[in-house]
Amino acid sequence: MKKLKLVMVGNGMAGVRTLEELLKLAPDLYDITVFGAEPHPNYNRILLSPVLAGEQTFEEIVLNDLAWYQDNGIDLRLGRKVVDVDRRKRVVIADDGSSAEYDRLLIATGSNPFILPVPGNKLDGVIGYRDIADTEMMMATAKTHSHAVVIGGGLLGLEAANGLKMRGMDVTVVHLADWLLERQLDKTAGKLLQSALEARGIKFRLNTVTDELMDNGEGRVCAVQFKDGDVIPADLVVMAAGIRPNTELAEKAGIPCNRGILVNDTMQTYDPRVYSIGECANHRGIAYGLVAPLFEQAKVCANHLAQLGFARYQGSVTSTKLKVTGIDLFSAGDFMGSEGTETITLSDPIGGVYKKLVIKNDILVGGCLYGDTADGGWYFRQIKENANISEIRDHLMFGESALGDVGHQGQSSAANMPDSMEVCGCNGVCKGTIVKAIQENGLFSVDDVKKHTKAASSCGSCAGLVEQILISTVGGAADVKPKSEKAVCGCTELNHGQVRKLIREKHLTSLKQTMGELGWTSPDGCATCRPALNYYLISTWPGEAKDDPQSRLINERAHANIQKDGTYSVVPRMWGGVTNPSELRRIADVADKYNVPMVKVTGGQRIDLLGIKKEDLPGVWKDLDMASGHAYGKSIRTVKTCVGSEFCRFGTQNSTQLGIDLEHDLFNMWSPHKVKLAVSGCPRNCAEAGIKDVGIIGVDSGFEMYIGGNGGIKTEVAEFFVKVKTAEEVREYNAAFLQLYREEAFYLERTVHYMQRVGMDHIKKAVLEDEANRKALAARLQYALSFEQDPWKERIETPVLKKEFDRIPVVAVEEAAV
Amino acid sequence: MNWLDICALEEINVLGSRIVDGPKGDIAIFRTSNDEVFALDDRCPHKGGPLSQGLIYGKRVACPLHNWQIDLESGEALAPDVGCSHKYPVKVEGGRVLLALKTLSDCA
Repeated sequence: MKKLKLVMVGNGMAGVRTLEELLKLAPDLYDITVFGAEPHPNYNRILLSPVLAGEQTFEEIVLNDLAWYQDNGIDLRLGRKVVDVDRRKRVVIADDGSSAEYDRLLIATGSNPFILPVPGNKLDGVIGYRDIADTEMMMATAKTHSHAVVIGGGLLGLEAANGLKMRGMDVTVVHLADWLLERQLDKTAGKLLQSALEARGIKFRLNTVTDELMDNGEGRVCAVQFKDGDVIPADLVVMAAGIRPNTELAEKAGIPCNRGILVNDTMQTYDPRVYSIGECANHRGIAYGLVAPLFEQAKVCANHLAQLGFARYQGSVTSTKLKVTGIDLFSAGDFMGSEGTETITLSDPIGGVYKKLVIKNDILVGGCLYGDTADGGWYFRQIKENANISEIRDHLMFGESALGDVGHQGQSSAANMPDSMEVCGCNGVCKGTIVKAIQENGLFSVDDVKKHTKAASSCGSCAGLVEQILISTVGGAADVKPKSEKAVCGCTELNHGQVRKLIREKHLTSLKQTMGELGWTSPDGCATCRPALNYYLISTWPGEAKDDPQSRLINERAHANIQKDGTYSVVPRMWGGVTNPSELRRIADVADKYNVPMVKVTGGQRIDLLGIKKEDLPGVWKDLDMASGHAYGKSIRTVKTCVGSEFCRFGTQNSTQLGIDLEHDLFNMWSPHKVKLAVSGCPRNCAEAGIKDVGIIGVDSGFEMYIGGNGGIKTEVAEFFVKVKTAEEVREYNAAFLQLYREEAFYLERTVHYMQRVGMDHIKKAVLEDEANRKALAARLQYALSFEQDPWKERIETPVLKKEFDRIPVVAVEEAAV
Repeated sequence: MNWLDICALEEINVLGSRIVDGPKGDIAIFRTSNDEVFALDDRCPHKGGPLSQGLIYGKRVACPLHNWQIDLESGEALAPDVGCSHKYPVKVEGGRVLLALKTLSDCA
């Protein structure tokens, strides 16, 4: 097949990111030609300020070196500016007369600095701040001249001012508005920032209009005159008064523009062959100037170019961070507040801390932090997820760590951590290693950090902390998304919700079919997506989709828990935590017979036999003659019970019997993540039902049911769900809730996280308010479980399944060799 | 090369593995989705995890202990991890899996 021709005009971060995404999706679809006006390969433009400040070098901020273009077969034409597009003939023409034909054109021309229309704006020494050439010019001027004036007190202007100051110049920032960063900070925070920068020796003139740039008689700027008549010396004038989308080429080509090239949700312009992304594009009235939204656009654009066409760009919430070492500020969303919003403010001018949170209808919509930005990432997540904060409002201001969680999800102050502090306890990765990897490799997402450093790649409990470190290192460019929006893994662009939906809608029943239909980019998937897909298939189409053991991780394949030395642990089921002398005797006999090195009582009221060799597993199961405890699976684990009314003098309900019944109800149930239950016979709650996925507390008049508790990485208290009268009702409500969870949750999403995502109201509507639906859900669970059988028994009785446990002995090998 | 007849190809699951009792420790035999067969020491270079128990995809296996990705062809860990599991010559002939153990002494 002849390849299509893709031409990209502009060689910046947004454009090249689109190519990277496209190459991942459809490596062979296009012959790609790239025109870049600058003589450099793609570099990280947001790190120009650290270069100016002398903290990094140019080489360090290159994102794609020339070899990358070569390796991917991209025809890179540097130092050539495209001057015209003939859309009828589908050809672009560059300033050196060369041309390139296209089937698809991507305009990513970025933006130009806004140059004030004042006399003298064309003098030598007057520049914008946009690219490597500008930065080099500023660095050279700092060596030979002493007075710099920066026009514009926005992010870029302040970073330029700081850089020039660090290089020894006398710097004055001229700003039109009342306070600095008026688009990112409110007045109070702006004033705090100003004092901090003044302490570094930078001078400010606010509320000031520039009138003229004066000539030294040789065509170079020598002074700046203001409207009020004042004149200050200036050997260098940096215009940082905003950017203008660079639409020159698009306008010339007759493509509709209005403060940017107008694009739709698939990043196409009015000419559907022509796409535009980045700072030059205007999407729903906004031309974004920050990196994170541009990367989201890049993903969508690549998806459409790859002819997949299921991604849409619907705008972004942005956050910003000033890259001036030692000054912490963060803002996101609607930080000024508008009609219908409320604000919570914390102000400590002496301590240099100011925080403001803007809330609308119990949802955090914006925030502005100065001095202590440790919780910036967390607030940003709340804003993006539209989380309801009414219940945590009292503590909201003090950050996530004030919410009383005893767990370890990384809500400590990432910014204040020393480099030597360990972040990932599983893989022993320190903060310094992570920061270094982010800077050296130009990383923007937690997944990238995982790949490069291993941090957060095992238990994942430090992912939040890694995210914070990412945000505090690259600021608004950090690609942070809630799990519900993230792609399942590198093999696909689809997120978990989309995959679940498509499996249902397209009636997909096998892994192969699913990967084919949904455009998986790798033939067998990977260790992340295969277990998820396998679960989605068997839970969506019970009886139709066949379980694929090779797509289960080892514990669920071997039906035992792998230990560090490669041996396994075996936990037989003890229904409701109840056992008897005969079972205990068999356990003791097995422990003797197989030299089990450790016998331990688990937290789930049963007995664990540790250190069993894989080849012994079928024998152990046979001798135990007990059911699988599923202590190894994303499945029903145990139902913990207290003694209850049969023996306990306080007991009001027969909690052990209900526990046994519930455990039988759910036996062999696979689920998105592990599921644990508990039943207590009275409000003393000895079975600790408050930290279980489903917790039941017997009271005199019936049973209270709680859902979404979790005692693991982060302790979560279960929420009250419903009170019912009889044990039968408990069983029905329990089955219905867990089936809903099985059908709707994402793989590896515990009930608490599922609940936080869909909301308690949704669950109540489906299970409590709609009796028919409740019964249907419970019936579907029963139906699904009718296809399952005890995996241990299955493997003792079926030779084919037992094979996996047999080794090929060396004796046999030698005999065969003779 | 001294080829040893190990087992029939169909005695290894597709995307599955078997363990051979090697003279110097376990050897993992892997079968990929297009019926290629590879053999490595059954020890992850990281913390000695049994690679035979990992999840296989493409020409890679993910270690069951800490999810290191090992290339089946070379035995090398994928970046950012560094390390290598010893590989053994293995081939399929007439539906039988043949393994060469002789070279074990050549490797260090």
